[in-house]
Amino acid sequence: MGNTASLVKNIVTQKKYKEKYHWTDYFSYFYLFLGVFLMFGPIIWLGLSSVKTLAGIQEYPPTILPLSQIQVEVDGYEKPLSLYNVTLEDGSTTELAEIKRVGITSKMVDPKDTEQTYKIPIDKREKIREFSVQWDNYLDPLRKYNFLLYFKNSIFVTVIATIITLIINSMAAYALSIYEFRGKNIALVFVIGTLLIPLTIILVPVFYVIANFGMINSLWGVILPGAATPTGVFLLRQYMLTLPRELIEAARMDHASEWAIYWRIVLPLSIPAIAVLAIFSIMWRWNDFLWPLIVLSKSEVYTLQIALNAFHGELTSQWNYVLAMTMVTLLPIALIFTYLQKFITTGIASTGMK
Amino acid sequence: MSNIRINIKNFFIRVFNIPFAFLMHAIDIIMWPIQKIIGVRNMPYIFLLPNLIFFGLFVIVPLGVNVAFSVTGGDELLFADREFSGAKHYNYLFDCENYLNANSCTEDFFWRGVHNTIFFVIFQVGLMIFFSLLTAVILNKKIIGRGFFRSVFFFPVLLSPVVVGLIWQWILLKNGILNAFIEANGGDKFSFLTDPGWAMTSSIFVSIWAHMGFYTLIVLAGLQAIPPNLYEAAEMDGTSRERTFFRITLPLLMPNLLVVFILASIKGVQTFDEIYVLTGGGPGTSTSLIVQYIFTTGFASSGSVQNFGLAAAASMVLGIVLLLLTLIQLYLSRSRENKHQEI
Repeated sequence: MGNTASLVKNIVTQKKYKEKYHWTDYFSYFYLFLGVFLMFGPIIWLGLSSVKTLAGIQEYPPTILPLSQIQVEVDGYEKPLSLYNVTLEDGSTTELAEIKRVGITSKMVDPKDTEQTYKIPIDKREKIREFSVQWDNYLDPLRKYNFLLYFKNSIFVTVIATIITLIINSMAAYALSIYEFRGKNIALVFVIGTLLIPLTIILVPVFYVIANFGMINSLWGVILPGAATPTGVFLLRQYMLTLPRELIEAARMDHASEWAIYWRIVLPLSIPAIAVLAIFSIMWRWNDFLWPLIVLSKSEVYTLQIALNAFHGELTSQWNYVLAMTMVTLLPIALIFTYLQKFITTGIASTGMK
Repeated sequence: MSNIRINIKNFFIRVFNIPFAFLMHAIDIIMWPIQKIIGVRNMPYIFLLPNLIFFGLFVIVPLGVNVAFSVTGGDELLFADREFSGAKHYNYLFDCENYLNANSCTEDFFWRGVHNTIFFVIFQVGLMIFFSLLTAVILNKKIIGRGFFRSVFFFPVLLSPVVVGLIWQWILLKNGILNAFIEANGGDKFSFLTDPGWAMTSSIFVSIWAHMGFYTLIVLAGLQAIPPNLYEAAEMDGTSRERTFFRITLPLLMPNLLVVFILASIKGVQTFDEIYVLTGGGPGTSTSLIVQYIFTTGFASSGSVQNFGLAAAASMVLGIVLLLLTLIQLYLSRSRENKHQEI
């Protein structure tokens, strides 16, 4: 027995047999499991809550799983009634449906014998539950509240903005890495300098520029201001600097145009860096909030994030819809993360930016 | 991993190649004569142009326009309709008997925002450094499932602020699961989001939850750069783990912790979205920060008067704070580089 225990201990901490356990080893595992609970718990709770019925969501204390109370149709009553397991005064139990609750007693009826009504104290009864998944929470907002449109808007912004970002940033990075030209250092300082000016301190004037272009309440007004990113230029340039110059020289010998060198040689070789920037850009654009909130005030042009915020403000009691749509908003990013995690973390580690 | 990389590469190439090549050939038709006219040596300017136009339009021009906005009054957006008002907005913002007491200021909402932001940044950044260091040190140990644990701690970084705000609002509601848990264990319900003190605490917690993974990654990169032979030498000498940590790990990690400190401060001062979704700046003004002041004054004022000038003036103040932080960062990273050169 002792042997197995020490074997398990060994496997868990990957220690050599003789080594002693330090308190930090125990603490580490405790911390890690607490971390998993804290980081994933909220997401799982969101997922479970998002498939509950409205009644299940408003219940307090809440049930962990989506267990909803069984509702029955009873003759003579318009609405379906909730079913309870009731302990009667003589000690027997039976299933009754609630008509009305009055203080701490409840007026109940037997679904099989609708003539007979009972007055039952509420602590003598228990809800009868069943496991039920309410997919309508997902479908209703898509049907009734235009969420499909917001989803499309978000995809449009994300895709177009990412394409523009990739093209213009890679062009600038190409110029700044392959060529020697007068003003190169000024251009570099200029690019890095823009890193120091976040959007939060120029909200009003960028709004002014967008207004002059007539792009308020247009998705282009969301796309354009962030299209040129210093992070992107910097990341791509660092990568392009490592490319062998001989390839470019050889292509020039063969009379390739500079544009052809850019897209036929440099771009394909830079795909790893471009992939990192593409993932970043998709993340930035999909999650973008403050700027769209300022530019978009008509609901036809809302992106998913803005719609979710507005929807939550309007329907504070409809948490079932809000939670389901939160899930929808979160899902694409979760999928990207699952598949491309390594790209993202190396990207952040190598640039120190996100 | 290499498999995935190849797959992605193939995917990119297959899906995008045809329209991409078409587009690039089309551009080449324009670019080729340009190259003939201006010569190869001037081509880099052409490549730089689109990016610089974007930077100019949406960063450099706005910087100047911001100043212009901050010294003109009226609620119109176009300059033709705005009249010069000099330092009026700045005087208005800074009209205070006592800067430490927001109630004594004419624009008390702004100063509440400033005070809240200072409080928020001090605690958020301090706790952020502590927890990202702790997490990174633990994730750097030889533990089973290290990759899994690393991604767990990193995951919330990718969530959008709206999602973060809504998830935590759902958990921290008066009738939320956290209060249910506390009550089930014999405690009393807390007003996590409706009591001023608790709302600030919750905001700081949620903000750390959402961004800790990013800073952990930076510290982790620093930990992995520490030469392992230092640890081997310490082990040979029989140095205790505590001593190893305080005498080797921590001093060598200082540059990374400085980066975390500066980056977290710069981001912290600009915090807006999660808190806006989580508490809406409330109750009252107890969690409204500077950026929320700018947003509300310029774009979402309840009185329907959009005071662009005042918002621009407040942006300038925020910009100066950020500039100072950035200068500190540059100074620190420079002295770090000099040290490296000496070694």
